[in-house]
Amino acid sequence: MTNHIAFIILGMSLVTLIPRWLPVWLVDRFTPPSWVRDWLNNIPYAALGALIFPGILSVEKEEPLIGFMGGIVAVGLAYFRFHIIIVVLGAILTVFMLKYLLF
Amino acid sequence: MKKQSFKKGILVAVPIAVGYIPIALTFGLIAQQSGVSLLHTVLMSGLVFAGASQFMAINMMMSGSGGLEIVLASFILNFRHFVMSISLQDKLSSISKLNKILLTSGITDETFAVASLHEEKSDRFFFSGLFLTSYISWIIGTILGGVLSNVIPADISESMSISLYAMFIGLLIPAVRKSWKYFVVSGFGLGLNTLISLFLSTGWSIVLATLGGALLGILFTRRKS
Repeated sequence: MTNHIAFIILGMSLVTLIPRWLPVWLVDRFTPPSWVRDWLNNIPYAALGALIFPGILSVEKEEPLIGFMGGIVAVGLAYFRFHIIIVVLGAILTVFMLKYLLF
Repeated sequence: MKKQSFKKGILVAVPIAVGYIPIALTFGLIAQQSGVSLLHTVLMSGLVFAGASQFMAINMMMSGSGGLEIVLASFILNFRHFVMSISLQDKLSSISKLNKILLTSGITDETFAVASLHEEKSDRFFFSGLFLTSYISWIIGTILGGVLSNVIPADISESMSISLYAMFIGLLIPAVRKSWKYFVVSGFGLGLNTLISLFLSTGWSIVLATLGGALLGILFTRRKS
């Protein structure tokens, strides 16, 4: 069993690292056309949208609204230009209060 | 100059570390409670460095899934880093191949988002500071969770699971404020992911929604040349 877990970890490591490495060689070989550059440039924003939702609803599995409210507070704080650490702490505090005080 | 870049990289990674430590701590706790040894737990954080797939692996081990299944699921879940790595190459141009490999090893959702939204380009000291800080905080959190597993109840660190989402929001909102076009692009990503996640697993859904959302976004962001 112990050896078994070590092999699983090694396998996970390889299949996670190789996709991170491959573009180092791939991208050098060709210069992408301008629309592809535009596409790649958009990726961080599309990724952020996809990473936030609907994942945020599963912060508290029993009550999706808790994660949602935490997200709303984060949007509000970020919109008024608070530092990102305040944004994070505000969201944690919101979730904590909703979870332990209300439900 | 080099030292300054490195320091700046560390500073911009502080919010990542704040988000990582409680999550890695939770991972350490859960792995311990599931009977995985501390050595293996820390080894997984060190060699895989991809939170969601690590939680999933522990989960699958507990439900008796085979090793191959776990490895395949990790591949699917983490394949999004391939897309992120492609997108990041432009920022790493004129850095040596070896250093590129070391740096891209540290790509996660969070390090990618922070790295790609900063102006720095081709500055390996800045990126080293950013990636190393994130990596080290992930390891430290895992060790803490493993060591403290007998002391801390899991549900306390659980209410911190919002922190990474809050960080994503904190990264996105300022970009969206600068240009409405990015609001549209992220909206495409969000909408597509909501739709696709009804049919596919989280990992694939994020890959497809990211690619599709960014592609649809071209309609709005294409620069006339």
